[in-house]
Amino acid sequence: MSDPVSALGGATFDGFARVREIGPIGMVTLRAKDVAGLAEAVKAVTGTALPAPRKIEVAGERACGWMSPDEYLLVLPYAEAGAAIASLSKALAGQHFLAADVSDARAVFRVEGEKAAQVLAKLSPVDFAALQPGELRRTRAAQVAAAFWADGDGFTVVCFRSVGKYVFDLLASSAMAGSELA
Amino acid sequence: MLVLECPYCGVKAEETELSPGYEAHLKRFGPGSSDEEFESYMFARKNPKGVHFERWRHVYGCGKWFLAARCTATLEVFGTYPAQSSEPPADLVAKIKAKRPDWKGYK
Amino acid sequence: MSTRLAKGGRLIDRTATQEFSFNGKRLKGFKGDTLAAALLANDQMLVGRSFKYHRPRGIVAAGPEEPNALVNLGRGGRFEPNQRVTTTELFEGLEAKSQNHWPSLEFDVGVVNNYVARFLPAGFYYKTFIHPRPFWKHVFEPIIRQSAGLGAAPKDRDADRYEQAYAFCDLLVVGGGIAGLQAALVAGRAGARVILLEQTAHFGGRAVVDGEVIDGKPADAFVTAALAELGGMANVTVKARTMGAGVYDHGYVLADEKVADHTPGDGRPKHRLWRIRAGKILTATGAIERPLSFAGNDIPGVMLAASVRDYVVNFAVSPADRTVVVTNNDDAYRTAIALKEAGLAVPAIIDARSNVTGELPARARSLGIRIEAGRGVAKVLGGKRVTGVSICLQAGEGAVIDEIACDAVAMSGGWSPVVHLWSHCGGKLNWDTTNAHFRPDAARPPLNHDGGAMVYAAGIANGAMTTAAVLADADAQAQAAVTALGMAPKPAELPYAAPVVEGAMEAVWIMPQGATAPLKSKMWLDYQNDVKVSDVQLAAREGYESVEHTKRYTTLGMATDQGKLSNINGLAVLAGALNEDIPQVGTTTFRPPYTPVTLGALAGEARGEIFQPLRRTPMHAWHEKNGAYMEPVGLWRRPYTFPRTGETHEQAVHREVLNTREKLGLLDASTLGKIIVKGPDAGRFLDMLYTGVMSTLPIGKCRYGLMCNEQGFLSDDGVVARIDEETWLCHTTSGGADRIHAWMEDWLQCEWWDWKVYTANVTEQYAQVAVVGPNARKLLEKLGGMDVSKEALPFMQWADGTLGGFPVRVYRISFSGELSYEIAVPASHGAAFWEACHKAGAEFGAMPYGTEALHIMRAEKGFIMIGDETDGTVIPQDLNLDWAISKKKDDFLGKRGQQRNHLASPDRWKLVGFEALDGSVIPDGAYVVDSGVNGNGQRNVQGRITSTYFSPTLKKGIAMGLLKHGPKRMGEVVEFGTFKNGVQGTLKARVVDPVFFDKDGEKQNV
Repeated sequence: MSDPVSALGGATFDGFARVREIGPIGMVTLRAKDVAGLAEAVKAVTGTALPAPRKIEVAGERACGWMSPDEYLLVLPYAEAGAAIASLSKALAGQHFLAADVSDARAVFRVEGEKAAQVLAKLSPVDFAALQPGELRRTRAAQVAAAFWADGDGFTVVCFRSVGKYVFDLLASSAMAGSELA
Repeated sequence: MLVLECPYCGVKAEETELSPGYEAHLKRFGPGSSDEEFESYMFARKNPKGVHFERWRHVYGCGKWFLAARCTATLEVFGTYPAQSSEPPADLVAKIKAKRPDWKGYK
Repeated sequence: MSTRLAKGGRLIDRTATQEFSFNGKRLKGFKGDTLAAALLANDQMLVGRSFKYHRPRGIVAAGPEEPNALVNLGRGGRFEPNQRVTTTELFEGLEAKSQNHWPSLEFDVGVVNNYVARFLPAGFYYKTFIHPRPFWKHVFEPIIRQSAGLGAAPKDRDADRYEQAYAFCDLLVVGGGIAGLQAALVAGRAGARVILLEQTAHFGGRAVVDGEVIDGKPADAFVTAALAELGGMANVTVKARTMGAGVYDHGYVLADEKVADHTPGDGRPKHRLWRIRAGKILTATGAIERPLSFAGNDIPGVMLAASVRDYVVNFAVSPADRTVVVTNNDDAYRTAIALKEAGLAVPAIIDARSNVTGELPARARSLGIRIEAGRGVAKVLGGKRVTGVSICLQAGEGAVIDEIACDAVAMSGGWSPVVHLWSHCGGKLNWDTTNAHFRPDAARPPLNHDGGAMVYAAGIANGAMTTAAVLADADAQAQAAVTALGMAPKPAELPYAAPVVEGAMEAVWIMPQGATAPLKSKMWLDYQNDVKVSDVQLAAREGYESVEHTKRYTTLGMATDQGKLSNINGLAVLAGALNEDIPQVGTTTFRPPYTPVTLGALAGEARGEIFQPLRRTPMHAWHEKNGAYMEPVGLWRRPYTFPRTGETHEQAVHREVLNTREKLGLLDASTLGKIIVKGPDAGRFLDMLYTGVMSTLPIGKCRYGLMCNEQGFLSDDGVVARIDEETWLCHTTSGGADRIHAWMEDWLQCEWWDWKVYTANVTEQYAQVAVVGPNARKLLEKLGGMDVSKEALPFMQWADGTLGGFPVRVYRISFSGELSYEIAVPASHGAAFWEACHKAGAEFGAMPYGTEALHIMRAEKGFIMIGDETDGTVIPQDLNLDWAISKKKDDFLGKRGQQRNHLASPDRWKLVGFEALDGSVIPDGAYVVDSGVNGNGQRNVQGRITSTYFSPTLKKGIAMGLLKHGPKRMGEVVEFGTFKNGVQGTLKARVVDPVFFDKDGEKQNV
């Protein structure tokens, strides 16, 4: 089998902030609510606690984000998505849940640098000053759905794979040198 | 451009992050219903000038449908609440009545 | 002559000369000049021609209210028409050309309109261009096209880039004069997040020009200190060159930042459109001076009084050696004093008021200026430039008392608060009789999401007319706004400005008040659109009572300045003509933007590659590399066909069809929607969603399903696969995945919220490849890894496994009638798997095919396509799909709708096939004609084409369509209406079975 290929093959752009595509990254959509053993099942996969509403719990290259009252996004190494689903299925067997591999359905970017937030502030109707630490914000980037959270020296941005190039071009255009907001 | 607070995730979402779903609290009429009942479900809409109950979906957010009470004339928002409500919450009804004494109720 | 003064100029840097050109003439200005100031410094008073009469027009104002001085700016990719010279900052190399004249600014042929002005009255267009009808095409339109328009349309692609950005604050302050600064200080000190916008490059507004004294120091010092304090506050953002364009619901404000207008080509975005969400908005937008309506008030050299002192004080530009001031208020005396102090002559101040008192007139008198009280201007003398004024009694009809030689006239009819932003979202106005203007009514503000006030007006924008009043009002309004935001204003001393005792102004709408008709026909209200006092009066006589109607009839206030100078004067004249009070007549509606916003800023980043998101499949790059001709399917781009060198698209499509039917075709089907539905109630849920039964589908099998909306109309179709006891995978149409997923969530969240069902849209997780044709199995067997035999994987079943080492799910489904497998692989392996199929398939004749071949093959088989056979008015029964509708189910979405008598009627148009008797392709959308005509005299119709193709397989045209009683009319010959090359005709066709090819399905069941 071939090596998995991310949407843009690791494209990068350097402006007043740096934009780079990362991935492929393992991602599992977990839909469940009020299910016994949920926190333990998630912890076994991501090593994190179950996040509070609108938050993401990050542990190294693994994370669990709150997507909606009955949906979580599990982030982990690409090769582990299948095993993660098997583990969740075993732990939650007999209860109502859905775990789906969406590793290949996403494009993931890093926007890095002191002014990384300005790049996103041109695309998303989000008040960055009011963004809580560890907040996973689902919104739109210009005309498509996107989600991001602050991490390290910038943000991790997730969108659908088919619009990966659109979002990369948006981020690059917003990050062009000379277009700093302040 | 409206801002509505999603009752599920608490995001104060602007209109571009939402998609509209028109009038709330409609009763579905399926097979066995009369023509009048089906018409009321499918076509008859209140379209009031004043207090109105609507469905909205936080489509560029948590994806949940919610309901909102607002004034169609002034765009004052009285409140939002989960879609899993067969009628508006009592405290919201009381709040609207206090602000709009002439309001005849949501039905 | 207008010229540069030897001394002074607050805003210019005399050490930095900047060269620019006007109509090709090379001129010099200073850094800090506006283009208007630089033009005046070079004695270029004449800058344009008026729209209708082509009268010579000069610079009137010094700000965004300027009606005349619009130029074509720049060239090539940086060419922009209709740029206001008064708001254009000078830069080295600026190129400007005047507009709306031919052949030249100095000599304009169109001025002939001026001499036939009495034939161009208000409503001229409405009155003239109705009759005679033939004149429109041959006479009126060519002339109007020649003479209409202001600037030229840009021809080149815009060389600059634009962007948008979101910003949030508690209080947005619009206007950086002393009111805005004071308000920002109050809010900033209280800890509020503040954004302060100023449309020009400089703060301080009028106070710094007029030499106001605040806290014992020049206003400049107050401005500098305020900016320094605000700059030190982390919670305050101050933005110059940013115009508050529009106020919208719930605190939404658009603001246009002119980032690089003054530094073109420096790599920065030209404009940035700010999309601001503010808790409260405070408008400190100042006021605009009104012209006076006297005969000849449009002759170059007649300017607004305050603008004259702007040029003198800010730019050291003298509009003329001798300036006559004409006024109805005390403020204009400041201009006379400023001119005098600059060493220029003021031959007279003509004051319409008979009783002139107050400190400013006293100062003017002490400077030796002649004051003519109770007088007006009878007429301005001059053509392309003012040469003098004749004066008369304001109370009279215009008999000339005296003539005064001068080169400029500075006029002031009083001040109108800029209430635009207050009004955009419903703020109401009161008429202030003392100052003869409309100002915001604080009791009726625009409302916010909570029902409270959204906008606060402050300073002169709120009708506070003196510096002391402005500061006090700004302080109070900001405190009110901050308090309403739930914050506490910090106690601080109000900056002190000494009160000035000004005499009351007196409303003057026509000068002289009893002016004769000839005079009134030379009194301009709207300079840009050439609307005069006589036009508005004529409109009133003709029955136009509503100001909104009069505006449109006369075009008053409809030019690019949107009536900033003309609206109040115009409606006052209208009120006078109607013998009504001004508030009764009311204002026209203020609409955003306050000043024009360029389309580039509104488009922002959305141009070129990122105009719109394009969705790409994992194989997109391969398609492009292999010459695919792409077509849009929703936002997706899909290969329509893969033409080879020398092939037309049609030839390529036919080759692809035949190759697939005879050998092996490969289709990128990744766009197919894929939604997982799981849970104890999933079967029950799908039985409600689909017209057929999905709950009974055995694990491992596939079933075709239809979805309808509640009206009963067909909305989507696709194959459903049962994955396990609680899990189904629903395929949707390519364009339908998001819509159907949303539809499912709608029902689950809002109607059946107690049902235990989860959905996940996994469309993009998988690349899907359709392997189609007689050699399909051979290819998969060669790839190897799983049993794909007829026995192991029969038609309408699926299986998981590997092929060529790729993890796959294989569906035995067919949309072509051929032996067909649809293979899903993780998207990250999609391109590699697609290439592996081509490599392994080469020996079996594998070729890619596109959407057009797909469509032809499905039409040959009589398969319907959502969007072709359906259009939102078609029910499954119309398409003979009754077999896919369960009779046993009590309910499904659309069942009740389909029971309505019109939908249950036996007379509905139903699906059939058509074959033209001559074998040709019936035009798409053609109607089957019927006997007789309808109420509109149109031919009755009884059916229509929904899909039509040339079938390369059958070597003839085939079509599907809907026909009244269709299935009962097999073999009948019907007539289609055609329309080719402008000629109506008919085409005979036979009604046939819509399954044209392999009726028994032998090819797919192998």
